[in-house]
Amino acid sequence: MKVNELFKEELKVINMGLGSFANDLKSQDVAVIHVDWRPVAGGNKKMASLLSKLKGK
Amino acid sequence: MISKWLIKENSYYDSVTLMIITKEIEARDDVENAVVVMGTDLNKDLLRNVGLLNDELNKTTANDLIIAVKMKDESKFEEIVAKVEELLNKKKSDGGEDYNPPTLDSAIKYMPDSNMVVISLPGAYAAAEAKKALENDKHVMLFSDNVTIEQERELKELAVSKGLLMMGPDCGTAMINQVPLCFCNKVEKGNIGIVGASGTGTQEIMVQIDRFGGGCSQVIGTGGRDLKKEIGGLMMTLGIQALAEDDNTDVIVLVSKPPALEIAEKVLQTLKKCGKKAVVDFIGGDDELVTKYGFIPAKSLEDAAYKAVALAKGQKAEEAPLFTESEEEIDKMAEEERKKFSPDQKYLRGLFSGGTLCDEALKLFTKEFGGIYSNIPLTPEYRLQDNKKSYKHTALDLGDDEFTVGRPHPMIDSYMRQQMIMKEAEDREVAVLLMDVVLGYGSNEDPAGSLADHIKLAKKNFADRGQHLCVVAYVCGTKKDPQNYEQQINKLKDAGAILMPSNAQAVRFAMKVVRGL
Repeated sequence: MKVNELFKEELKVINMGLGSFANDLKSQDVAVIHVDWRPVAGGNKKMASLLSKLKGK
Repeated sequence: MISKWLIKENSYYDSVTLMIITKEIEARDDVENAVVVMGTDLNKDLLRNVGLLNDELNKTTANDLIIAVKMKDESKFEEIVAKVEELLNKKKSDGGEDYNPPTLDSAIKYMPDSNMVVISLPGAYAAAEAKKALENDKHVMLFSDNVTIEQERELKELAVSKGLLMMGPDCGTAMINQVPLCFCNKVEKGNIGIVGASGTGTQEIMVQIDRFGGGCSQVIGTGGRDLKKEIGGLMMTLGIQALAEDDNTDVIVLVSKPPALEIAEKVLQTLKKCGKKAVVDFIGGDDELVTKYGFIPAKSLEDAAYKAVALAKGQKAEEAPLFTESEEEIDKMAEEERKKFSPDQKYLRGLFSGGTLCDEALKLFTKEFGGIYSNIPLTPEYRLQDNKKSYKHTALDLGDDEFTVGRPHPMIDSYMRQQMIMKEAEDREVAVLLMDVVLGYGSNEDPAGSLADHIKLAKKNFADRGQHLCVVAYVCGTKKDPQNYEQQINKLKDAGAILMPSNAQAVRFAMKVVRGL
């Protein structure tokens, strides 16, 4: 199972959302990148859904 | 009062950062209300409630930053905006100079060997990003709540089909390969693996394992709804299977609120198949069922840890003693407190930041006293009419939704607890205040310090009217946590609190003090 492979690897994290979670990991020398996330289409759900459909094509 | 506002388009900041800044601005003498938020529908409701919403603000999007202030002197607005910007810039620079890719796709390209995606985005966006992560074969820890149960089911089915972790939604605690994620204590490495459906319940078991000289291999969080029928324990089952195959795990601990019978049986069957020793804490649930499957039930979170450590050392799992100190000593301490009360002091008031710690308190208290009022009561007749007004014996979960609207969780920000301490201090009938202080990554950097002055002030209020307030506290933390455990303990002791070494013992001591009053 992939989980058991994970248990043998070095943890490498992508963090999306609260920056403090990334900083906590960094302070422990864990490899982490923080995504400078913002809502797709400025949070307009209809537009975001249209964009996501376009991307899927 | 004058209302002033400013909109900064296309400037996204996370909600916790903005809540902390809002609090700082609101603390100014010249400000009546301050709201620094993104223009989401929820935040517009918040603005409406304090009379700050107008047509212009109503047109903002979730990507626009709003600074809205109700104030005495309009000339101070520029100064306030400058302060907000200074705080925002400070937050940004705290993050360092690293490259921050704008999307998950670009992050994966930048770090292709990443294996875990931690998501704490607003609920409305979180599920889509979690799905994308799983499709890219990444394990997921989904901290966000407000994800629908249908989305949770879909995400977990996808994860199980790929053998990936999908921890959450609403998963606050996990430790993978000795790395604490989100809200989690730093504990000794060892051979006990935990699968937990309750955040602070898992933290308490980890901390107690460390205290009893044991250690943890992996701690897998499932999110609170995993054992509901709609999800059927998909992640708890996968977690058990993963720990079964893990050579570094000899003992498994499961912790969750009592699941539906069929789900409990399914989980226990999976556990049976794995052939490892296990302690199961279905908090306040069916011990007989656990015993029937050959596993060891727990009387408390501390007891789960105590038994797991014994099993991990190849010993027999005896029950944890009710108190670490001799019961004679404990009785003496309780009697010392009782002597100081006035005749009208009768009640216990629990002010908890950890939901499962509050739940454990309710269960232990109800067993001996028949019932206790709460905002998360065990039975409907003990629901408080007004959650901000305690009644008779009361224990509150201050991390519950009602107390956290527009504010960070009480494990991050003590404001609500400070207010509630002072409110209880006005009540002549209160005898004991009971509190948890949760350390670890994610938590406030000085939680004891942020409560100590209010504890002192509350005790002084009682003393000024010839009464005595007994404060019982428990610090859920280890010496490896970033807050400095000893200092945290000492700050509470110096404020006059009596410290107990586990949540269960703190509750039991508090019960001894109020019994028969």
